[in-house]
Amino acid sequence: MRLLIRNGRVVDPASGLDGARDVLIDGDRIAAIEPRIECPEAEVIAADGMVVAPGFVDIHVHLREPGIEHAETIASGSRAAAAGGFTAVCCMPNTLPVNDSAQVTSFIVDRARRTATVHVHPIGAISKGSQGERLADIGAMHTEGIVAISDDGIPVMNSGLMRRAMKYAASFGIPVIDHCEDLSLSSGGDIHEGIQSIRLGLGGLPGCSEDVMVARDIILSADTGARVHIAHISTASSIAMVRHAKQLGLPVTAEVTPHHFALSDEEIPGYDSNYKMKPPLRSQLDIDAAIEGLVDGTIDCIATDHAPHTGHTKMQEFERCPFGVTGLETALGLSLKELYHSGRIDLPHLVRLFSSAPSRCLNLDRGSLTAGGPADISIFSLTREWTYDANQTLSKSKNSPFGGRKFQGGPVATIVSGRIVWTVDEGIRPLP
Amino acid sequence: MLPTRYHGVGGRLAQDLNSTGPNARNLLGIEDLDRAEIERLLDSGRHFKSVPPRKKLDALRGRSIVNLFFEPSTRTRTSFEIAAKRLGADTIGIQALGSSLSKGESLVDTLNTLAAMNPDIIVMRHAASGAPHFLARHLSTPMINAGDGQHEHPTQALLDALTILEMKGTLQGLRVAIIGDIAHSRVARSNIHLLSKFGVDIVACGPATTVSKNLTRLAPGVSLTNRMQDAVRDADVIMMLRVQLERQNVEVFPKNEYFRYFGLSLEHVKLARPDAIVLHPGPINRGREISSEVADSQRSMILNQVENGVAIRMAVLQWVCSG
Repeated sequence: MRLLIRNGRVVDPASGLDGARDVLIDGDRIAAIEPRIECPEAEVIAADGMVVAPGFVDIHVHLREPGIEHAETIASGSRAAAAGGFTAVCCMPNTLPVNDSAQVTSFIVDRARRTATVHVHPIGAISKGSQGERLADIGAMHTEGIVAISDDGIPVMNSGLMRRAMKYAASFGIPVIDHCEDLSLSSGGDIHEGIQSIRLGLGGLPGCSEDVMVARDIILSADTGARVHIAHISTASSIAMVRHAKQLGLPVTAEVTPHHFALSDEEIPGYDSNYKMKPPLRSQLDIDAAIEGLVDGTIDCIATDHAPHTGHTKMQEFERCPFGVTGLETALGLSLKELYHSGRIDLPHLVRLFSSAPSRCLNLDRGSLTAGGPADISIFSLTREWTYDANQTLSKSKNSPFGGRKFQGGPVATIVSGRIVWTVDEGIRPLP
Repeated sequence: MLPTRYHGVGGRLAQDLNSTGPNARNLLGIEDLDRAEIERLLDSGRHFKSVPPRKKLDALRGRSIVNLFFEPSTRTRTSFEIAAKRLGADTIGIQALGSSLSKGESLVDTLNTLAAMNPDIIVMRHAASGAPHFLARHLSTPMINAGDGQHEHPTQALLDALTILEMKGTLQGLRVAIIGDIAHSRVARSNIHLLSKFGVDIVACGPATTVSKNLTRLAPGVSLTNRMQDAVRDADVIMMLRVQLERQNVEVFPKNEYFRYFGLSLEHVKLARPDAIVLHPGPINRGREISSEVADSQRSMILNQVENGVAIRMAVLQWVCSG
């Protein structure tokens, strides 16, 4: 089975390529990338005016399987990923049961092999049950395929445990991803502590609850030499600290979500729980810092923190609604608007933020387009106008604050291991 | 359960999902009202106050009003009930204790039940900020917020304004000190919104753990202090807030020394203008936020506030019905 992507603008940040090329795929590999390729027997995708990029990699998603399948499954979440241009995702361990053992890891790997539309890399828990007390079976999970450890959503408050986790994970060559939140500073909070929390009478999640943990993790990274990845960074102070850590040469990386640079707390309409997530939407000052951090490389990559929740859990008193919003399908559209169309970031840099950069954060061998390499490709448009309809999502959940939003540019086709898995016109193509 | 007017299943609680009927008029907060609407309500409240209490009116005859109280309340609930009865309406009281609400029924199910009962007005108090807004978004029944969490308590602010107007004749240009746990107070929030719309000079005072600098951005004319003396000096109105220890998830001040630094004593009142008045939403904690001497003094308007509460709630009930 051969596939020829004809005359797209091929952007591969890893090799520095940015130009009109044909891409020939043979089986699950890229056979050639040349200015002009003739291959009569190949199926042709006309990519005139489109960008042909390495498949996007999202290193922060929640697929909810096992245990919370009414909100998402590996199958549904990976379909939403494909519709967002992603060819690989890394799923957080806060499932039921928590992915803290070889058994759960191998279950996820096996389910992904049989049901997933894109590549799925599990992330293991730092502590048993993410209880923050004893280390999980990190080595055994690594053997089964985890690419990092994290107690995302249930922050590690015990600095001693975090220090041991960093050292121990380093012996397997995997980083620690930290959801930085000091629970003693954030308890009772619903949205960012600022004018909007005062106006709505909601509990505040102060920026400092993130900052003190980012500071701690940087200090522990300096102490242990271990790699630390800061999940969903959201405050100007935290970004400044990561910038400083990088200047010191520490192995600290960071991601930001599209919603954190696309929306501020003042844009939360009333008590709409689709705007409730952790960390919360912050101030315009923080948004400016996040974009500056992306521009100067302080923030390594974009990740969605796709966090599906079913309708009834979000249909409650605001303070009782769970934290989290979906994000796979809107990530590119939002990033194009806030970063590319605004002129802050050029196209190769934007592609890097979605592909080679996140891969490097977790040492995944992904995110580049090279002859002989895997045929994971994301084709997208810079101009196509479309409107996001949360009711038509491929995710099982609809908790997006971006329903009804109009976009300029977005995913057009997604190719995983040489197979077209999704196109904007036809939707998902069934698994073989 | 009849999902009659509820369209939210699986969907977003979005702005575009506005199922509120065209005739529904809600009173969810003071922030949403403009000055003219507030003036109309105050005029109407003044009118109802002039009607002898024994005289039964029939403005709302045949209408049914559901008083839905998810939080314990005596005076607000009673006040709404008296107001409704004086207007000739039928009232049904539903309280959280003893109803299915305490058995874990969700707000959405409550919503469906209410839609099926088809009342003319819902008066709602709830411990969660935004709970009445949530219901109002999906019901076409007029909704009155009788206090939501730490957000707003609009009828309290209206009755406070009526009380001030009776004594001072105008709101414009007054200096009003609001003292207590400002950040967690729905009474403070509604009063700040109302007084600000009338050009009042508002001084918010409390321990720094309860007085956020963001309060100055809530509405024009708000300044902050942590010193009682600065707050009450030259004040025309001193508005005390109830210390609500039960609402504090974490201790925001050591309660034993609260009165010493933030309680209102006669010495403080002497710093205010000679004709200054003292307001308190009640019920008062003597010796915690206000001394007995002040509470029982001629300056105290606490009982006037209670009386004005009924008149204002009559005005509000009639207003939402005539929307």
